[in-house]
Amino acid sequence: MKKLALSDEILLSIQQPARYIGGEVNMIVKDPSQVDIRFAMCFPDVYDIGMSHLGIQILYDMFNRRKDTYCERVYSPWVDLDKVMREKNIPLFALESQEPIKNFDFLGITLQYEMCYTNVLQILDLSRIPLHAADRGEDDPLVIGGGPCAYNPEPLADFFDLFYIGEGETAYDRLLDLYREHKQKGKGRKAFLEQAASVPGIYVPSLYNVEYHEDGTIKAFVSNTPFAPVKVTKELVMDLDHVSYLEKPLVPYIKVAQDRVVLEIMRGCIRGCRFCQAGNVYRPLRERGLDYLKEHAKKMLISTGHEEISLSSLSSSDYTHLEDLVSFLMEEFQGKGVNISLPSLRIDAFSLDVMRQIQDVKKSSLTFAPEAGSQRLRDVINKGLTEEDILHGAAQAFHGGWNRVKLYFMLGLPTETVEDMEGIALLSEKVAETYYDEIPKEQRHGKVQVVASSSFFVPKPFTPFQWARMCTKDEFIERANIVRRKFREMKNFKSLKYNWHEAELTVLEGVLARGDRRVGAVIEEAYRQGALFDSWSEYFQNEIWMNAFADCGVSLDFYTTRERKLDEIFPWDFIDAGVSKEFLVREWQKAMQEEVTPNCRQKCSGCGALQFKGGVCHESKN
Amino acid sequence: MKVRIKFAKSGIARFIGHLDVMRYFQKAVRRAGIAIRYSGGFSPHQLMSFAAPLGVGITSHGEYLDIEVEDDEETASMKERLNQVMAEGFSIVSCLVLPKESGNAMSMVAAARYTLAFRPGYSPENAKDWFRSLVQFYEQKEVRIAKKTKKGEKEIDLKPLIYQISAEVSNDPFFSETSDSSEIAPAFPVLSMLISTGSTENIKPELVLDAYYQHLGQERPAFAFIIQREEVYARQSPESSNNAGAFLPLEAFGIRPSHGQGGCLE
Repeated sequence: MKKLALSDEILLSIQQPARYIGGEVNMIVKDPSQVDIRFAMCFPDVYDIGMSHLGIQILYDMFNRRKDTYCERVYSPWVDLDKVMREKNIPLFALESQEPIKNFDFLGITLQYEMCYTNVLQILDLSRIPLHAADRGEDDPLVIGGGPCAYNPEPLADFFDLFYIGEGETAYDRLLDLYREHKQKGKGRKAFLEQAASVPGIYVPSLYNVEYHEDGTIKAFVSNTPFAPVKVTKELVMDLDHVSYLEKPLVPYIKVAQDRVVLEIMRGCIRGCRFCQAGNVYRPLRERGLDYLKEHAKKMLISTGHEEISLSSLSSSDYTHLEDLVSFLMEEFQGKGVNISLPSLRIDAFSLDVMRQIQDVKKSSLTFAPEAGSQRLRDVINKGLTEEDILHGAAQAFHGGWNRVKLYFMLGLPTETVEDMEGIALLSEKVAETYYDEIPKEQRHGKVQVVASSSFFVPKPFTPFQWARMCTKDEFIERANIVRRKFREMKNFKSLKYNWHEAELTVLEGVLARGDRRVGAVIEEAYRQGALFDSWSEYFQNEIWMNAFADCGVSLDFYTTRERKLDEIFPWDFIDAGVSKEFLVREWQKAMQEEVTPNCRQKCSGCGALQFKGGVCHESKN
Repeated sequence: MKVRIKFAKSGIARFIGHLDVMRYFQKAVRRAGIAIRYSGGFSPHQLMSFAAPLGVGITSHGEYLDIEVEDDEETASMKERLNQVMAEGFSIVSCLVLPKESGNAMSMVAAARYTLAFRPGYSPENAKDWFRSLVQFYEQKEVRIAKKTKKGEKEIDLKPLIYQISAEVSNDPFFSETSDSSEIAPAFPVLSMLISTGSTENIKPELVLDAYYQHLGQERPAFAFIIQREEVYARQSPESSNNAGAFLPLEAFGIRPSHGQGGCLE
């Protein structure tokens, strides 16, 4: 039996000790002394969240297929254990071997959302790895970042030795081979990083210098060595049926956010919503084959014993073989106690029929994401969903027995007017009215319930809205109040509910999303002053962050409310994410003209993803 | 068909709480391809019930769950199939078919046997004598102690709920697996007790310690003991007395397969 890093006394006095002991079903066991490369894979949030992430599981499986590598996992110790580890001087450890992270060759950290950045520093700090890459020595692990936030890694540039831009399946083998070779030859850290910079998708921040204009914008972003390429092109898998996909996902003991088999049916999206980073950086859309998915669904259900399978993609309705896949899953697994869940579905006759078959209508609610309250603003953001679609879909759903509807919106979108804001309440009202118009009194199952939620808009890199001005906290709150007041005027007010997100957190997310290297100091200062688990509203302390900005002399408004010129050099411009800057400019200008752009299957918009020679770009267009 | 599964929980599995153990077995049964039966209704659940919850930190040689399986389920290979899909720290001891008239595990539970040892670093100089004094303390007619209940506290007499208690010596390797140091000697003094368990009078082994500490005028140190459950029992018959001999392990209610039955027994 393995020796645990934490004593019984500690494990029995903290919440959920199972977060820290490993030993889950399908965990990989290797002898660390028999491998050349030890890789610690980290999701910088609590285990319950981190274990729900598919990407880490794919890489965990892929790395461990290498005989020379042992990939283990590490997550953020929750606040209770964090305190104990600091008091008792216990170094952070990996779940599999329970050995300190400091002994590893690599610490890989996935960056899924900006508000985990102080947790990244917690991981480094508790691992006793110097926070700054520049201060690390030959014995420290190489710290590598990846995931969606690596599309603007600059706020974290000081803390990472390297970043992997794009999908992990393609270039990691080359990187690890290169590392093993360097390690065997006893070449140092610096030499490795220089060589690594030429591996596709790899960005080594220390090999680049940034110069600024007097107004604070970037003057030049240049490599300081011939080893570093001028542009780093994102990595992506072109044939999803011929890369390793996990067959034996880990099965946690404790109930985690994603307690089910996740079957990734495709990557990318054809829709081109102008606010959406994923829809842009994961272009082009690439589907997995039906046979591949059938086989993997079976294998993963058998190897985990999960009682639910969920299809994962940005927009499942766009998957070519959706009907075939869903009917296969229903025939094969229904009656065997397996539930099927289908998020990201467009509401139409097919999806309603499927949903009626797979879930209890009485308990479930229908979700639409109009994102904006008026057709004008939906055109600005290129959200192809019309009011007619929503009301028609809702009517069908009401006839099918549903009487609960959720609507998702954003507030603070570019060009937004009071009319657009009030449109959120008006559209919600129309959905409620549809229920009362369509369903005769005697057939109603109680009142209709429409829950509208709005988040605040954050402009993200590599979207047409990367030039957009972001609202201030007060503007956000004012807009939410306008919507709230309008809701009160509605006739069916009692059937409607309106929620909105926290404004302070959003503003900060905006800074980190479009920040540059100078924001790193603020993150570090906030961490030193106690910021941690910022994405958990009960632990988020805005004052700490505001103090940190003041102490570092960094202006928050520079990153959020400032108007950006079209020719400004952005911190992330050194990355080629597939979509060209010309395309993004075009889309930004079309947005201002309230002009829509057709989706990839209707007409190619020349976004730049054609360069990858595959996916939807090469589908035959009839 | 009803099957009673007996399992052991050791090593790191002791940190898995009861609800998570239940979820673990729901998935394990599916991984093992067992034709478990489901309840009706819109969200069917497996027909599975556990005997007696085990506290976090406690290891066990005798945990039980009953499952309802389809009549054509191959029970002879069930133990092996389940063991193939177990995670570290869980092992299946037996899978036995229950007679139709048999009650379910949870309602049958009447007693459990525990073994307690001092955790390394917490032991008094002579642990053997310490346990002997505790056993002696329980020779009195009545031992009153406040017991926490859902409604608050009530004073109970522990004495009639302790069916047997003795100071002994153990060399069970589970104990060294349970300790985070390897200080535990090959043969070490332990306290063994058979106490009332189940829905009517459920007492925990810690309560037996607490009464003695109370008598000593001390507070029980939080982590001083390593606890292990050895077995869970039912009364031989509803009228049985409280003599230790009047209890049968839950396993004893299953039907032992006769050798040579089927073709897959080794």
